[in-house]
Amino acid sequence: MNNAAILVIDDEVQIRRLLEITLESNHFNVESADCAKEGLRIAASHPPDLIILDLGLPDENGHSVLKKLREWYTKPVLILSAQSSEDDIVSALDNGANDYLVKPFRTGELLARIRSALRSNATEENDPVIDCGELQIDLALRTVKKNSELIKLTATEYKLLSLFAQQEGKVLTHQYLLREVWGPGYINQSQYLRVFIAQLRKKIETDPNRPAYIITESGVGYRFIAKE
Amino acid sequence: MLRQLSKISTAKQFLISIGLIVLVSAACYIASDFIEYKVVALILLLTVSLIALVFDILPVLVAAALSALIWNFFFIHPKFTFHIGSAEDGFLFLMYFVIALINGVLTNRIRKIEKQAREEEEKAKTVKLYNTLLNSLSHELKTPIATIVGATDNLLAEQSNLSADNRKELTSTISIAALRLNQQVENLLSMSRLESGFIQPKKDWCDINELVYAVMKRLEQQLKNHTVQISIEENLPLYKLDYGLMEQVLYNLLSNASIYTPEYADIFILAKNDANKVYQLNTSTEQHSEVKKETNSLLLIIEDRGPGFPKEELEKVFDKFYRLNNSKTGGTGLGLSIVKGFVEAHNGTVTLENVPHGARFTIEIPAETSYINNLKNE
Repeated sequence: MNNAAILVIDDEVQIRRLLEITLESNHFNVESADCAKEGLRIAASHPPDLIILDLGLPDENGHSVLKKLREWYTKPVLILSAQSSEDDIVSALDNGANDYLVKPFRTGELLARIRSALRSNATEENDPVIDCGELQIDLALRTVKKNSELIKLTATEYKLLSLFAQQEGKVLTHQYLLREVWGPGYINQSQYLRVFIAQLRKKIETDPNRPAYIITESGVGYRFIAKE
Repeated sequence: MLRQLSKISTAKQFLISIGLIVLVSAACYIASDFIEYKVVALILLLTVSLIALVFDILPVLVAAALSALIWNFFFIHPKFTFHIGSAEDGFLFLMYFVIALINGVLTNRIRKIEKQAREEEEKAKTVKLYNTLLNSLSHELKTPIATIVGATDNLLAEQSNLSADNRKELTSTISIAALRLNQQVENLLSMSRLESGFIQPKKDWCDINELVYAVMKRLEQQLKNHTVQISIEENLPLYKLDYGLMEQVLYNLLSNASIYTPEYADIFILAKNDANKVYQLNTSTEQHSEVKKETNSLLLIIEDRGPGFPKEELEKVFDKFYRLNNSKTGGTGLGLSIVKGFVEAHNGTVTLENVPHGARFTIEIPAETSYINNLKNE
C-alpha cells in the first residue's frame, strides 16, 4: 500500500509543504498543484492513487473540480476544507468525495483517512465475508456474528450494516443512507435513521454509548470503522 | 414617557398646545366667579410650563402668546376687549407675557443640554465596552501567538544549547498554543455569527443520548480526572434541534465545568422530557380554558460539585467577554455567552444557579419530538 502516489491540490504553500513533508516521510509519492487547472492536468497525465483536494481554490470552485474529476477518476478523493460548514461537506461527499478533513487537522487523522481510503479502494472485489475484529459479516449468507455468536438483525438493520461494512472507513451521509436503505421518498425522514442506528449499536457494539464501529460524524453522517 | 411624548409630530404638537390652553382657559372662565383673574394667570402659566416640558420651542411660544392674549381678552377688565383698564393690569399683562416666553425658552434649552449629556454618556459606554473587548481579545489571541513565535525562534536558532528535553517541550508548547488559538478563533466565529443575527438553527432529529456521549468523547482527555454521571431519561424522544449548535452548547458547559472545578469533582448530566399542557387565557370569557395542544421541551441540566459562582456575579456570567474576578486564565469570556446565544437561537432558555456544593446550569428548549418506538422494524 505504501509508495502509493498522492496528488495534493491546494493553493496555500504552507499547507502544501506540510502535506508533502508529512506524506513523503510516510513513504508516499507526492505531487502537488497550486490551482485547479494544474491539478486537473497532473491528474490526467499521471493518474494518482489518491487526490487531496482543497475546496477553496483561487481559479475554480473545489466542488466543480471534484465533479470534473469524478467524470473519469474513480480512485479516492479526500477533501480539505477551511470551514466546518456541514452543507459544504455533505455536498462534496454527495458529489463523490470519499472523505473530508477540516483545517486544522491532526497528522494522525490525516494518515488514518488516507490509509483507510486506499484500503477500501484496493478491496473492491473481495470475498463475501467482511471481518472486523469481533464482528463477522457474511454478505453471501446474510449473517452477522459477534465473537462467533450469531446476532439476530431485522432486514432493515442488516441492510444498514452491510451498507456500512461494504464502505468501511468512508463517511456515509444521512441522505445517502436514507435513500439506499429506505428509498428516495425517505431522505428527509432522518428519525428512522436515528432510531435504527441506536438499535444497531445496541446489538453490535460492546458499549452502545461509546460506539467503536458506527461513528457519528456531527451533522454529516456516519462512518463505519472496522477494528483491526 | 416624556421622551415618547416629544416624538409626536410638530403639527400635532401645535394642535395639542392650543387645545390645552383653550381647554384650561374655558375651565377657568366657567369658574371665574370663584377664582380671581390673577390666579387664572398663574394657572395658565403652569399650563405653558407643562407644555414646555415635553414639546418643541415653537408650539410652546405659540401657547405662551395665545394664553397671554386669552387672559387679556377674557379675564382682564374690561372683559371682551384687548383694552387694559388699569396701569397695574397693564404691567401684570406685560410680566405675564415675558415670563411665559422665558419659561418656554429656558425649559427647552435645559432639555437640549440633557439630551446631549445622555448621548455623550451612551457613547462613552460603547467606547468602554469596545476597549474591554479589544483588551480581552488581544490578550487571548496574542498570548498563544507569542508562545509560538518565541518557541520557533528558539528551535530555529543556529547555535542553541537546547537539550533534547527542552526541544521537545518547546514543540509541545507550540502545539498547545496553536490548539488554543484555534479554539479562540472558533469562539470568535461563533460569536460573530450570533452578533450578525446569522444563526439559523438547522433543525434535524437528534438522539440526545448520542449527542451527550459524542461530546463526552470529544472531552475525554479534559475530563479524565472528573467523575461524570450521566442520567438520560429512558425512552427519551428524538428532538428536532441543530445537532452542531447543541454539541457546542454542551461542550462549552462541560469544558467550563472541567476547568473551574477541582480535580475529581463530580459532574452530573441530566436529560429529560418536559411535557407541558398549554393552558391559554381565553380573553372573551376571562376564564382559563385548556387548549389541547401539548408542547414538549428538552430539559438539560449540567451540575457540578465545584465552588459555584459568586452570588453577585451569577447574572453577569452570560455577558459577552465577562470573566469572573480572579478567574483562571485561558478563557475569552465567550463560552457562556455562546451557550446563551445558541440556546436562544432555539427559542430556549438557560439559567444558572448555585446549589449546595456546586453550580447548576438548566437548559430548556421547546422542540418538536418524535416517539417512534412503534416503527415498523422488519
